[in-house]
Amino acid sequence: MVFFFQNMINALQWGSFYALIALGYSMVYSILMLFNFAHGDIFMVGAYIGFGVSTGILALTAGGAIALPNWLILVLTILFSMVLTSFVGMLVERIGYRPLRDAPRASAAITGLMIGIILETGNLALLGARRVSFPSLIQTATYNFGGVYVTNKKIMIVVVSLVLMLALDQFIRRTKWGMAIRAMAFDYLAVPLMGVSINTIARMTFAIGSALAAVAGILFGTAYPVLDPYMGVLFGWKAFVAAILGGRGSIMGACLAGFLLGFIEIFVAMIFPSTLRDLIAYSIIMLILTFRPHGFFGEPYSARLRL
Amino acid sequence: MALLQVEKMTHYFGGLRAVYNYHLSIDTGQIQGLIGPNGAGKSTIFNLITGIYTPTEGDIRLEGKSILGYKPHEVAAMGLGRTFQNMQLWRHMTVLEHVKMARYSKLHYGLLGAFFQTAARNREEAESEKKAHHFLKMFGVDHFADQNIHNLPYGAQRRVEMARALATEPKVLFLDEPTAGMNPEELKQMVATIRRVHEELGLAIFLIEHRLRVVMELCESIQTLVFGEVIAEGTPEEIRNDPKVIEAYLGKDLVE
Repeated sequence: MVFFFQNMINALQWGSFYALIALGYSMVYSILMLFNFAHGDIFMVGAYIGFGVSTGILALTAGGAIALPNWLILVLTILFSMVLTSFVGMLVERIGYRPLRDAPRASAAITGLMIGIILETGNLALLGARRVSFPSLIQTATYNFGGVYVTNKKIMIVVVSLVLMLALDQFIRRTKWGMAIRAMAFDYLAVPLMGVSINTIARMTFAIGSALAAVAGILFGTAYPVLDPYMGVLFGWKAFVAAILGGRGSIMGACLAGFLLGFIEIFVAMIFPSTLRDLIAYSIIMLILTFRPHGFFGEPYSARLRL
Repeated sequence: MALLQVEKMTHYFGGLRAVYNYHLSIDTGQIQGLIGPNGAGKSTIFNLITGIYTPTEGDIRLEGKSILGYKPHEVAAMGLGRTFQNMQLWRHMTVLEHVKMARYSKLHYGLLGAFFQTAARNREEAESEKKAHHFLKMFGVDHFADQNIHNLPYGAQRRVEMARALATEPKVLFLDEPTAGMNPEELKQMVATIRRVHEELGLAIFLIEHRLRVVMELCESIQTLVFGEVIAEGTPEEIRNDPKVIEAYLGKDLVE
């Protein structure tokens, strides 16, 4: 039982990463009907921006210019990186996807893959082919709950992710922009007639998705402090699987499937050798998709003509 | 100067001439009708004027100002509201949300206001909700306010779509076949509703219709479009007796 709970905690942590990234895939898909295949690399960019911001703030405090407690540095890092990464996301939308709004979806998908490669190799060119280590801002503290060991970092990761998911849910439900995003997910044509710019909503959706990916990147960096330019590739694909499993375009589905993916991976590794983890985990998911091809919350519908 | 004026508008889709030398002039309070057989280019004219397409040639002026080249959301904000032939509704959104969405550009609160639920934001939201109910009442669908749109009967969905278009407070309302697919009872109600809304708000209405009876009953002036060209224009009486219109609708043999 103790063993089970221990793994549960790990699964929640991994699920948080997947869910945060999967949200970006799902939101963009729901309004533009395209999968932003560069999103995994946005996660990587977010992690690197977080690395840059936190290193910068640490340098300032070390120079004696300002004195800040470490937890505040982490909060500032998250906030600044969310803003900066959302600009990267908006740039990707503006340069990569907007000119292709009327193009076949396959062109947009290929553009996404290319943007991904550009972001990865751009990073290589900028920082060189070495791994960087994310500064450790919080000291790991381990708590023992009846034999289950929980670190403060794991608690922080899960709590921050859940808070952001709830905030996104409220945003989608309760604000005018959220309403516009929902409307655009159902019908493209009528939205501009309400005086709402489709470009504004598209830009906003990319910004939100990228900001969430940045948080995932920073949280990942605090738990596993080694960053490399290709860290986003496998993560991106796995989160994409979560977005499909949750149901294309479903926010709730993306969150739940992200966590489910975490659980399956961790519990497969619990029983089988860890080298077989992904092989078995993704076979299970393929089996699920065989019976639920539209995912948990997706529904079959045909793509309509786009403006 | 008419409220909405279209001059010498021509549009090509590649090599296909969809609309040729179209002109239009609508004043406040007027109901203008546009009829024509399937594929005549009626909906294309709507799409051209509301900014979904940009005409190849010609000019469109609203209150004397050219609206050519503006995006659909900008044209909508300037005062052109419309409905669609096959209602573009948002599945899984409530009736109230449909109409609240139309108030989007009238909500001015920012992200911070939304985040902290400021008094100004709550006031604006409450105001927009009140307005939304007002428009729903006008179309007799207020009792559906909290229902999902796809649970409503067809006729009621059409009414919600019209309420949504009116909630943007347009100067000219474009109705694309508002009675399409309706049974005779729903049709009668819809005609009465359009007339009542027109009297209450006194706005200009531009109506595409397939059924001659509806246009004849509602419009003071009617254009007949065939292959993208206006072949006849005039009062319902004149249109009814125009041999060219009868030919377009019923075929040449019957005229002879």
